[in-house]
Amino acid sequence: MKLFINKRLFFTAFFLLTCFSTVYGENILKMSTTTSTQASGLLDLILPEFKKDTGINVNFIAKGTGAAIRDGIDGNVDIIFVHAKALEDKFIQDGYGTKRYAVMYNDFVIVGPPDDPAGIRGMKCATEALLKIAASESVFVSRGDNSGTHIREKDLWKATGFALEKMGDRYMSIGQGMGKTITFADEKQAYTLTDRGTFIKYSLGRNIPVDLKIMCENDPILFNPYGVIPVNPEKHPHVKHDLAEKFAKWLLSEKGANLINGYRLHGQQLFYSGAPEKN
Amino acid sequence: MDVLVDGFVSAFLLLLSLDSEMILIIGVSLKVSITSTFIASIIGVPTGFIIAFNPLPFKRMIITVLNTLLALPTVVIGLFVYSLIARRGLLGSFDLLYTQKAIIIGQVILIIPVVTAFTISAISRIDERYRKTAMTLGAGRVTVAAVVFREGRFAIVAAVIAAFGRVISEIGISMMLGGNIKGFTRTMTTAMALEYDKGAFVLSIALGIVLLGISFAMNLMFHFFQGKNRI
Repeated sequence: MKLFINKRLFFTAFFLLTCFSTVYGENILKMSTTTSTQASGLLDLILPEFKKDTGINVNFIAKGTGAAIRDGIDGNVDIIFVHAKALEDKFIQDGYGTKRYAVMYNDFVIVGPPDDPAGIRGMKCATEALLKIAASESVFVSRGDNSGTHIREKDLWKATGFALEKMGDRYMSIGQGMGKTITFADEKQAYTLTDRGTFIKYSLGRNIPVDLKIMCENDPILFNPYGVIPVNPEKHPHVKHDLAEKFAKWLLSEKGANLINGYRLHGQQLFYSGAPEKN
Repeated sequence: MDVLVDGFVSAFLLLLSLDSEMILIIGVSLKVSITSTFIASIIGVPTGFIIAFNPLPFKRMIITVLNTLLALPTVVIGLFVYSLIARRGLLGSFDLLYTQKAIIIGQVILIIPVVTAFTISAISRIDERYRKTAMTLGAGRVTVAAVVFREGRFAIVAAVIAAFGRVISEIGISMMLGGNIKGFTRTMTTAMALEYDKGAFVLSIALGIVLLGISFAMNLMFHFFQGKNRI
Protein backbone atom coordinates (compact mmCIF):
# COMPACT_ATOMS: atom_id res chain seq x y z
CA MET A 1 0.00 0.00 0.00
CA LYS A 2 2.76 2.33 0.99
CA LEU A 3 4.61 1.56 -2.16
CA PHE A 4 1.49 2.31 -4.17
CA ILE A 5 1.11 5.72 -2.59
CA ASN A 6 4.74 6.50 -3.19
CA LYS A 7 4.47 5.45 -6.75
CA ARG A 8 1.48 7.65 -7.25
CA LEU A 9 3.21 10.52 -5.55
CA PHE A 10 6.22 10.00 -7.72
CA PHE A 11 4.20 10.03 -10.90
CA THR A 12 2.23 13.09 -9.84
CA ALA A 13 5.44 14.90 -9.07
CA PHE A 14 6.94 13.78 -12.32
CA PHE A 15 3.87 14.88 -14.24
CA LEU A 16 3.79 18.29 -12.56
CA LEU A 17 7.50 18.79 -13.16
CA THR A 18 7.10 17.97 -16.83
CA CYS A 19 4.24 20.46 -17.08
CA PHE A 20 6.13 23.19 -15.29
CA SER A 21 9.29 22.66 -17.23
CA THR A 22 7.41 23.15 -20.47
CA VAL A 23 5.47 26.11 -19.16
CA TYR A 24 8.25 27.84 -17.27
CA GLY A 25 11.19 26.56 -19.25
CA GLU A 26 14.24 28.69 -19.81
CA ASN A 27 13.89 28.93 -23.55
CA ILE A 28 10.54 30.64 -23.67
CA LEU A 29 10.16 34.25 -24.64
CA LYS A 30 6.86 35.91 -23.79
CA MET A 31 5.73 38.56 -26.21
CA SER A 32 2.69 40.82 -26.38
CA THR A 33 1.95 41.94 -29.87
CA THR A 34 -0.55 43.83 -31.93
CA THR A 35 -3.27 41.75 -33.57
CA SER A 36 -2.12 42.43 -37.14
CA THR A 37 1.14 40.49 -36.79
CA GLN A 38 -0.84 37.42 -35.86
CA ALA A 39 -3.93 37.94 -38.01
CA SER A 40 -1.79 38.45 -41.10
CA GLY A 41 -0.11 35.10 -40.53
CA LEU A 42 3.39 36.60 -40.32
CA LEU A 43 4.16 35.22 -36.86
CA ASP A 44 3.17 31.71 -37.91
CA LEU A 45 5.89 31.93 -40.55
CA ILE A 46 8.74 33.53 -38.65
CA LEU A 47 8.43 32.08 -35.14
CA PRO A 48 9.07 28.45 -36.20
CA GLU A 49 12.12 29.66 -38.18
CA PHE A 50 13.37 31.56 -35.14
CA LYS A 51 12.98 28.44 -33.05
CA LYS A 52 14.88 26.41 -35.62
CA ASP A 53 17.78 28.87 -35.52
CA THR A 54 17.97 29.49 -31.78
CA GLY A 55 15.87 26.89 -29.97
CA ILE A 56 13.83 29.66 -28.38
CA ASN A 57 10.06 29.31 -28.22
CA VAL A 58 8.08 32.53 -28.50
CA ASN A 59 4.75 32.50 -26.69
CA PHE A 60 2.79 35.47 -27.89
CA ILE A 61 -0.42 37.17 -26.87
CA ALA A 62 -2.08 39.20 -29.61
CA LYS A 63 -3.87 42.32 -28.37
CA GLY A 64 -4.20 45.92 -29.37
CA THR A 65 -1.02 47.98 -29.18
CA GLY A 66 -2.33 49.81 -26.08
CA ALA A 67 -2.81 46.56 -24.19
CA ALA A 68 0.48 45.14 -25.43
CA ILE A 69 2.35 48.17 -24.11
CA ARG A 70 0.47 47.86 -20.84
CA ASP A 71 1.72 44.27 -20.59
CA GLY A 72 5.24 45.60 -21.04
CA ILE A 73 4.74 48.25 -18.36
CA ASP A 74 3.42 45.63 -15.93
CA GLY A 75 6.27 43.27 -16.73
CA ASN A 76 3.90 40.54 -17.91
CA VAL A 77 6.01 39.90 -20.99
CA ASP A 78 9.66 40.02 -22.04
CA ILE A 79 9.21 41.91 -25.28
CA ILE A 80 6.56 43.85 -27.19
CA PHE A 81 5.94 44.00 -30.94
CA VAL A 82 3.71 46.99 -31.66
CA HIS A 83 2.97 49.88 -34.00
CA ALA A 84 2.39 53.27 -32.43
CA LYS A 85 5.58 55.28 -32.64
CA ALA A 86 4.60 57.96 -30.13
CA LEU A 87 3.55 55.42 -27.49
CA GLU A 88 6.68 53.37 -28.13
CA ASP A 89 8.91 56.38 -27.62
CA LYS A 90 7.11 57.18 -24.38
CA PHE A 91 7.46 53.56 -23.26
CA ILE A 92 11.23 53.84 -23.62
CA GLN A 93 11.39 57.35 -22.15
CA ASP A 94 9.60 56.12 -19.03
CA GLY A 95 12.25 53.46 -18.70
CA TYR A 96 10.09 50.42 -19.39
CA GLY A 97 11.84 49.44 -22.59
CA THR A 98 15.53 49.39 -23.46
CA LYS A 99 15.61 50.08 -27.18
CA ARG A 100 13.24 50.30 -30.12
CA TYR A 101 14.15 48.12 -33.08
CA ALA A 102 12.53 49.31 -36.30
CA VAL A 103 11.94 45.86 -37.75
CA MET A 104 9.40 46.46 -40.48
CA TYR A 105 6.59 48.58 -41.85
CA ASN A 106 3.52 48.32 -44.00
CA ASP A 107 0.78 50.81 -44.69
CA PHE A 108 -2.77 51.68 -43.88
CA VAL A 109 -5.55 51.95 -46.41
CA ILE A 110 -9.01 53.47 -46.26
CA VAL A 111 -11.56 50.91 -47.38
CA GLY A 112 -15.23 51.33 -48.18
CA PRO A 113 -18.27 49.81 -49.89
CA PRO A 114 -17.87 49.12 -53.63
CA ASP A 115 -20.56 51.61 -54.64
CA ASP A 116 -18.53 54.27 -52.78
CA PRO A 117 -21.34 56.62 -51.69
CA ALA A 118 -18.84 59.19 -50.40
CA GLY A 119 -17.01 59.26 -53.74
CA ILE A 120 -13.44 58.87 -52.48
CA ARG A 121 -12.21 56.07 -54.74
CA GLY A 122 -8.68 56.66 -55.94
CA MET A 123 -8.04 59.73 -53.84
CA LYS A 124 -4.34 60.19 -53.05
CA CYS A 125 -4.76 62.30 -49.96
CA ALA A 126 -6.04 60.45 -46.91
CA THR A 127 -7.15 63.50 -44.95
CA GLU A 128 -9.19 64.84 -47.87
CA ALA A 129 -10.80 61.43 -48.25
CA LEU A 130 -11.79 61.45 -44.57
CA LEU A 131 -13.27 64.93 -44.93
CA LYS A 132 -15.32 63.73 -47.87
CA ILE A 133 -16.61 60.76 -45.85
CA ALA A 134 -17.51 63.12 -43.03
CA ALA A 135 -19.40 65.38 -45.43
CA SER A 136 -21.33 62.44 -46.92
CA GLU A 137 -24.15 60.34 -45.49
CA SER A 138 -21.82 57.39 -44.93
CA VAL A 139 -20.81 55.72 -41.70
CA PHE A 140 -17.19 55.54 -40.55
CA VAL A 141 -16.26 52.66 -38.24
CA SER A 142 -13.47 53.26 -35.73
CA ARG A 143 -11.48 50.60 -33.87
CA GLY A 144 -11.86 52.71 -30.73
CA ASP A 145 -9.58 50.42 -28.72
CA ASN A 146 -6.38 52.47 -28.35
CA SER A 147 -4.63 50.18 -30.80
CA GLY A 148 -1.96 51.44 -33.15
CA THR A 149 -4.50 51.68 -35.95
CA HIS A 150 -6.93 53.59 -33.74
CA ILE A 151 -4.22 56.01 -32.67
CA ARG A 152 -3.26 56.60 -36.30
CA GLU A 153 -6.89 57.12 -37.22
CA LYS A 154 -7.27 59.71 -34.47
CA ASP A 155 -4.12 61.46 -35.73
CA LEU A 156 -5.53 61.50 -39.25
CA TRP A 157 -8.80 63.03 -38.09
CA LYS A 158 -6.85 65.58 -36.10
CA ALA A 159 -4.90 66.44 -39.25
CA THR A 160 -8.16 67.12 -41.10
CA GLY A 161 -9.16 69.68 -38.46
CA PHE A 162 -12.68 68.29 -38.57
CA ALA A 163 -14.64 68.11 -35.30
CA LEU A 164 -15.62 64.43 -35.11
CA GLU A 165 -18.61 65.07 -32.86
CA LYS A 166 -20.33 66.60 -35.88
CA MET A 167 -20.55 63.14 -37.42
CA GLY A 168 -22.74 61.96 -34.52
CA ASP A 169 -24.09 58.45 -35.00
CA ARG A 170 -22.25 58.07 -38.30
CA TYR A 171 -18.97 57.73 -36.41
CA MET A 172 -19.13 54.32 -34.76
CA SER A 173 -16.48 53.50 -32.22
CA ILE A 174 -16.70 49.76 -31.60
CA GLY A 175 -13.65 48.94 -29.51
CA GLN A 176 -12.76 45.71 -31.30
CA GLY A 177 -9.93 44.14 -33.24
CA MET A 178 -9.09 44.88 -36.88
CA GLY A 179 -10.72 41.78 -38.37
CA LYS A 180 -13.92 42.39 -36.45
CA THR A 181 -13.90 46.04 -37.47
CA ILE A 182 -13.60 45.09 -41.16
CA THR A 183 -16.51 42.66 -41.01
CA PHE A 184 -18.48 45.22 -39.02
CA ALA A 185 -17.84 47.88 -41.67
CA ASP A 186 -18.78 45.35 -44.34
CA GLU A 187 -22.06 44.61 -42.58
CA LYS A 188 -22.84 48.31 -42.28
CA GLN A 189 -21.39 49.09 -45.75
CA ALA A 190 -19.29 51.72 -44.07
CA TYR A 191 -15.78 53.11 -44.40
CA THR A 192 -12.89 52.29 -42.12
CA LEU A 193 -9.13 52.58 -41.77
CA THR A 194 -7.23 49.28 -41.76
CA ASP A 195 -3.73 47.97 -42.13
CA ARG A 196 -3.25 46.48 -45.58
CA GLY A 197 -2.33 43.01 -44.31
CA THR A 198 -5.48 42.34 -42.37
CA PHE A 199 -7.56 43.75 -45.18
CA ILE A 200 -5.99 41.46 -47.80
CA LYS A 201 -6.69 38.55 -45.53
CA TYR A 202 -10.35 39.50 -45.22
CA SER A 203 -10.93 40.43 -48.84
CA LEU A 204 -9.02 37.58 -50.49
CA GLY A 205 -8.63 34.89 -47.90
CA ARG A 206 -12.15 34.06 -46.84
CA ASN A 207 -14.83 31.74 -48.17
CA ILE A 208 -17.15 34.71 -48.19
CA PRO A 209 -14.89 37.68 -48.86
CA VAL A 210 -15.92 41.10 -47.65
CA ASP A 211 -17.36 43.42 -50.28
CA LEU A 212 -15.29 46.37 -49.15
CA LYS A 213 -12.67 47.72 -51.54
CA ILE A 214 -9.54 49.80 -51.08
CA MET A 215 -10.50 53.42 -51.72
CA CYS A 216 -7.47 55.44 -50.68
CA GLU A 217 -3.85 54.29 -50.46
CA ASN A 218 -0.16 55.22 -50.89
CA ASP A 219 -0.36 58.52 -49.06
CA PRO A 220 2.92 58.79 -47.06
CA ILE A 221 0.86 59.77 -44.03
CA LEU A 222 -0.48 56.20 -44.09
CA PHE A 223 2.87 54.46 -43.53
CA ASN A 224 2.78 52.12 -40.58
CA PRO A 225 6.08 51.32 -38.86
CA TYR A 226 6.32 48.39 -36.45
CA GLY A 227 8.72 48.39 -33.52
CA VAL A 228 10.06 45.64 -31.32
CA ILE A 229 11.07 46.68 -27.80
CA PRO A 230 12.61 44.43 -25.13
CA VAL A 231 11.28 45.17 -21.64
CA ASN A 232 13.81 46.82 -19.36
CA PRO A 233 15.25 44.36 -16.81
CA GLU A 234 15.97 47.28 -14.47
CA LYS A 235 12.21 47.74 -14.02
CA HIS A 236 11.37 44.06 -14.07
CA PRO A 237 14.34 41.89 -13.08
CA HIS A 238 12.53 38.67 -14.01
CA VAL A 239 12.25 39.44 -17.75
CA LYS A 240 14.46 37.49 -20.12
CA HIS A 241 16.21 40.44 -21.63
CA ASP A 242 18.93 38.46 -23.41
CA LEU A 243 16.38 36.30 -25.21
CA ALA A 244 14.40 39.40 -26.14
CA GLU A 245 17.52 41.07 -27.57
CA LYS A 246 18.29 37.92 -29.49
CA PHE A 247 14.83 37.91 -31.06
CA ALA A 248 14.95 41.60 -32.01
CA LYS A 249 18.38 41.23 -33.60
CA TRP A 250 17.35 38.08 -35.40
CA LEU A 251 14.37 39.93 -36.92
CA LEU A 252 16.79 42.56 -38.26
CA SER A 253 19.27 40.00 -39.55
CA GLU A 254 19.38 39.05 -43.21
CA LYS A 255 17.43 35.91 -42.51
CA GLY A 256 14.71 37.79 -40.62
CA ALA A 257 14.52 40.52 -43.25
CA ASN A 258 14.22 38.00 -46.05
CA LEU A 259 11.41 36.21 -44.26
CA ILE A 260 9.54 39.47 -43.67
CA ASN A 261 10.02 40.72 -47.24
CA GLY A 262 9.29 37.33 -48.70
CA TYR A 263 6.02 36.78 -46.90
CA ARG A 264 3.16 36.71 -49.37
CA LEU A 265 -0.52 36.51 -48.61
CA HIS A 266 -2.63 35.72 -51.66
CA GLY A 267 0.25 36.83 -53.82
CA GLN A 268 0.68 40.21 -52.18
CA GLN A 269 3.59 41.46 -50.13
CA LEU A 270 2.40 42.62 -46.72
CA PHE A 271 5.45 43.83 -44.83
CA TYR A 272 8.69 45.57 -45.70
CA SER A 273 11.75 45.03 -43.54
CA GLY A 274 13.34 48.01 -41.82
CA ALA A 275 12.03 51.55 -41.38
CA PRO A 276 10.06 53.46 -44.03
CA GLU A 277 12.07 56.07 -45.90
CA LYS A 278 11.58 59.58 -44.67
CA ASN A 279 9.56 61.69 -47.03
CA MET B 1 -1.02 44.39 -6.24
CA ASP B 2 -0.64 48.03 -7.25
CA VAL B 3 -2.88 47.48 -10.22
CA LEU B 4 -5.69 46.36 -7.96
CA VAL B 5 -5.30 48.99 -5.26
CA ASP B 6 -4.83 51.93 -7.64
CA GLY B 7 -7.60 50.53 -9.78
CA PHE B 8 -10.03 50.35 -6.90
CA VAL B 9 -9.27 53.83 -5.63
CA SER B 10 -9.63 55.39 -9.09
CA ALA B 11 -12.72 53.28 -9.75
CA PHE B 12 -14.44 54.61 -6.63
CA LEU B 13 -13.56 58.17 -7.63
CA LEU B 14 -15.00 57.51 -11.08
CA LEU B 15 -18.17 56.10 -9.54
CA LEU B 16 -18.54 59.12 -7.27
CA SER B 17 -17.99 61.52 -10.17
CA LEU B 18 -20.90 59.87 -12.04
CA ASP B 19 -18.93 59.97 -15.27
CA SER B 20 -21.37 60.51 -18.14
CA GLU B 21 -19.91 57.78 -20.34
CA MET B 22 -20.16 55.30 -17.50
CA ILE B 23 -23.77 56.25 -16.78
CA LEU B 24 -24.62 55.79 -20.45
CA ILE B 25 -23.06 52.30 -20.47
CA ILE B 26 -24.96 51.30 -17.34
CA GLY B 27 -28.16 52.68 -18.89
CA VAL B 28 -27.74 50.62 -22.07
CA SER B 29 -27.05 47.49 -20.03
CA LEU B 30 -30.09 47.94 -17.83
CA LYS B 31 -32.40 48.84 -20.69
CA VAL B 32 -31.39 45.84 -22.79
CA SER B 33 -31.36 43.36 -19.91
CA ILE B 34 -34.67 44.47 -18.44
CA THR B 35 -36.34 44.32 -21.86
CA SER B 36 -35.04 40.85 -22.64
CA THR B 37 -35.92 39.55 -19.16
CA PHE B 38 -39.42 40.97 -19.55
CA ILE B 39 -39.98 39.37 -22.96
CA ALA B 40 -38.48 36.05 -21.87
CA SER B 41 -40.73 36.03 -18.78
CA ILE B 42 -43.86 36.67 -20.82
CA ILE B 43 -42.96 33.69 -22.98
CA GLY B 44 -41.24 31.47 -20.44
CA VAL B 45 -43.60 31.55 -17.45
CA PRO B 46 -46.76 30.52 -19.36
CA THR B 47 -44.74 27.89 -21.24
CA GLY B 48 -43.60 26.53 -17.90
CA PHE B 49 -47.21 26.39 -16.71
CA ILE B 50 -48.34 24.57 -19.84
CA ILE B 51 -45.56 22.00 -19.61
CA ALA B 52 -46.06 21.45 -15.87
CA PHE B 53 -49.85 21.12 -15.96
CA ASN B 54 -50.47 19.07 -19.05
CA PRO B 55 -49.73 15.40 -19.50
CA LEU B 56 -47.69 16.05 -22.62
CA PRO B 57 -46.05 13.18 -24.48
CA PHE B 58 -42.26 13.07 -23.94
CA LYS B 59 -42.66 15.41 -20.98
CA ARG B 60 -39.52 14.12 -19.27
CA MET B 61 -37.64 14.50 -22.51
CA ILE B 62 -38.82 18.10 -22.90
CA ILE B 63 -37.68 18.91 -19.38
CA THR B 64 -34.31 17.24 -19.97
CA VAL B 65 -33.84 19.26 -23.15
CA LEU B 66 -34.78 22.46 -21.30
CA ASN B 67 -32.28 21.68 -18.58
CA THR B 68 -29.63 21.11 -21.20
CA LEU B 69 -30.44 24.44 -22.79
CA LEU B 70 -29.68 26.08 -19.43
CA ALA B 71 -26.05 25.54 -20.32
CA LEU B 72 -26.39 27.01 -23.81
CA PRO B 73 -23.18 28.96 -24.47
CA THR B 74 -23.74 32.59 -25.36
CA VAL B 75 -21.33 32.39 -28.28
CA VAL B 76 -23.42 29.63 -29.85
CA ILE B 77 -26.52 31.81 -29.65
CA GLY B 78 -24.49 34.74 -30.92
CA LEU B 79 -23.30 32.74 -33.91
CA PHE B 80 -26.77 31.43 -34.67
CA VAL B 81 -28.53 34.78 -34.48
CA TYR B 82 -25.64 36.47 -36.33
CA SER B 83 -26.01 34.10 -39.27
CA LEU B 84 -29.72 34.89 -39.37
CA ILE B 85 -29.55 38.66 -39.22
CA ALA B 86 -26.27 39.37 -41.00
CA ARG B 87 -26.55 41.32 -44.24
CA ARG B 88 -26.27 38.09 -46.22
CA GLY B 89 -28.52 36.21 -43.79
CA LEU B 90 -32.18 35.29 -43.98
CA LEU B 91 -33.35 38.38 -42.11
CA GLY B 92 -30.55 40.62 -43.36
CA SER B 93 -32.90 43.14 -44.90
CA PHE B 94 -34.20 44.21 -41.46
CA ASP B 95 -30.82 45.73 -40.63
CA LEU B 96 -30.88 44.28 -37.11
CA LEU B 97 -27.24 43.40 -36.64
CA TYR B 98 -25.27 45.65 -34.28
CA THR B 99 -28.35 47.17 -32.69
CA GLN B 100 -29.83 46.88 -29.23
CA LYS B 101 -32.66 44.82 -30.72
CA ALA B 102 -30.15 42.20 -31.85
CA ILE B 103 -28.79 41.85 -28.32
CA ILE B 104 -32.32 41.54 -26.97
CA ILE B 105 -33.18 38.77 -29.46
CA GLY B 106 -30.11 36.79 -28.46
CA GLN B 107 -30.64 37.30 -24.75
CA VAL B 108 -34.30 36.27 -24.94
CA ILE B 109 -33.21 33.00 -26.55
CA LEU B 110 -30.61 32.61 -23.82
CA ILE B 111 -32.99 32.93 -20.88
CA ILE B 112 -36.28 31.47 -22.07
CA PRO B 113 -34.99 28.03 -20.99
CA VAL B 114 -33.97 29.51 -17.62
CA VAL B 115 -37.39 31.02 -16.93
CA THR B 116 -39.27 27.99 -18.27
CA ALA B 117 -37.24 25.33 -16.46
CA PHE B 118 -37.31 27.21 -13.14
CA THR B 119 -41.04 27.85 -13.48
CA ILE B 120 -41.65 24.14 -14.07
CA SER B 121 -39.66 23.16 -11.01
CA ALA B 122 -41.33 25.90 -8.96
CA ILE B 123 -44.79 24.68 -9.85
CA SER B 124 -43.95 21.01 -9.46
CA ARG B 125 -42.90 21.66 -5.90
CA ILE B 126 -46.30 23.05 -4.97
CA ASP B 127 -48.52 20.62 -3.15
CA GLU B 128 -50.93 18.84 -5.48
CA ARG B 129 -53.68 19.48 -2.94
CA TYR B 130 -53.88 23.19 -3.77
CA ARG B 131 -54.71 22.34 -7.32
CA LYS B 132 -57.10 19.52 -6.39
CA THR B 133 -58.87 21.67 -3.79
CA ALA B 134 -59.31 24.53 -6.21
CA MET B 135 -60.67 22.14 -8.80
CA THR B 136 -63.06 20.51 -6.31
CA LEU B 137 -64.34 23.94 -5.43
CA GLY B 138 -65.26 24.31 -9.07
CA ALA B 139 -62.42 26.51 -10.29
CA GLY B 140 -61.78 26.67 -14.03
CA ARG B 141 -58.35 26.18 -15.59
CA VAL B 142 -57.51 29.86 -15.41
CA THR B 143 -58.47 30.14 -11.75
CA VAL B 144 -56.49 27.01 -10.91
CA ALA B 145 -53.48 28.50 -12.69
CA ALA B 146 -53.94 31.72 -10.71
CA VAL B 147 -54.06 29.77 -7.42
CA VAL B 148 -50.90 27.88 -8.32
CA PHE B 149 -49.21 31.08 -9.47
CA ARG B 150 -50.04 32.71 -6.13
CA GLU B 151 -48.51 29.80 -4.29
CA GLY B 152 -45.45 29.68 -6.48
CA ARG B 153 -44.94 33.40 -6.97
CA PHE B 154 -41.70 33.68 -5.03
CA ALA B 155 -40.07 30.83 -6.87
CA ILE B 156 -41.22 32.34 -10.16
CA VAL B 157 -39.86 35.76 -9.24
CA ALA B 158 -36.64 33.98 -8.28
CA ALA B 159 -36.59 32.43 -11.76
CA VAL B 160 -36.97 35.87 -13.34
CA ILE B 161 -34.22 37.31 -11.15
CA ALA B 162 -31.92 34.43 -12.06
CA ALA B 163 -32.66 35.11 -15.72
CA PHE B 164 -31.91 38.80 -15.27
CA GLY B 165 -28.65 37.93 -13.56
CA ARG B 166 -27.72 35.76 -16.52
CA VAL B 167 -28.33 38.45 -19.15
CA ILE B 168 -26.84 41.40 -17.37
CA SER B 169 -23.60 39.51 -16.83
CA GLU B 170 -23.29 37.82 -20.22
CA ILE B 171 -20.84 39.10 -22.79
CA GLY B 172 -20.85 36.77 -25.81
CA ILE B 173 -24.19 37.86 -27.20
CA SER B 174 -23.71 41.55 -26.46
CA MET B 175 -20.33 41.55 -28.18
CA MET B 176 -21.25 39.46 -31.23
CA LEU B 177 -24.68 40.93 -31.92
CA GLY B 178 -24.35 44.40 -30.42
CA GLY B 179 -20.84 45.09 -31.64
CA ASN B 180 -19.85 47.26 -28.66
CA ILE B 181 -20.70 50.55 -30.41
CA LYS B 182 -19.83 53.44 -28.15
CA GLY B 183 -22.92 55.13 -26.78
CA PHE B 184 -25.30 52.70 -28.46
CA THR B 185 -24.63 49.02 -27.86
CA ARG B 186 -21.73 49.26 -25.40
CA THR B 187 -22.85 47.37 -22.30
CA MET B 188 -21.14 46.99 -18.95
CA THR B 189 -19.58 43.66 -19.86
CA THR B 190 -18.41 44.62 -23.36
CA ALA B 191 -17.03 47.89 -21.99
CA MET B 192 -15.12 45.91 -19.34
CA ALA B 193 -13.64 43.61 -21.96
CA LEU B 194 -12.66 46.60 -24.09
CA GLU B 195 -10.99 48.44 -21.21
CA TYR B 196 -9.06 45.27 -20.47
CA ASP B 197 -7.97 45.12 -24.11
CA LYS B 198 -6.88 48.73 -23.91
CA GLY B 199 -4.83 47.96 -20.85
CA ALA B 200 -6.82 50.45 -18.75
CA PHE B 201 -8.58 48.92 -15.79
CA VAL B 202 -10.26 51.77 -13.94
CA LEU B 203 -13.56 51.87 -15.80
CA SER B 204 -13.54 48.05 -15.81
CA ILE B 205 -13.31 47.85 -12.06
CA ALA B 206 -15.92 50.59 -11.59
CA LEU B 207 -18.35 48.75 -13.87
CA GLY B 208 -17.58 45.48 -12.10
CA ILE B 209 -18.56 47.10 -8.81
CA VAL B 210 -21.78 48.41 -10.36
CA LEU B 211 -22.56 45.00 -11.83
CA LEU B 212 -22.17 43.27 -8.48
CA GLY B 213 -24.11 46.09 -6.84
CA ILE B 214 -27.04 45.60 -9.20
CA SER B 215 -27.14 41.85 -8.56
CA PHE B 216 -26.94 42.45 -4.83
CA ALA B 217 -29.73 45.05 -4.94
CA MET B 218 -31.96 42.70 -6.97
CA ASN B 219 -31.53 39.90 -4.45
CA LEU B 220 -31.98 42.24 -1.53
CA MET B 221 -35.21 43.51 -3.03
CA PHE B 222 -36.38 39.96 -3.56
CA HIS B 223 -35.70 38.96 0.03
CA PHE B 224 -37.37 42.06 1.36
CA PHE B 225 -40.43 41.47 -0.76
CA GLN B 226 -40.54 37.78 0.16
CA GLY B 227 -40.12 38.38 3.89
CA LYS B 228 -42.79 41.05 4.03
CA ASN B 229 -45.36 38.85 2.39
CA ARG B 230 -44.64 35.70 4.27
CA ILE B 231 -45.41 37.11 7.70
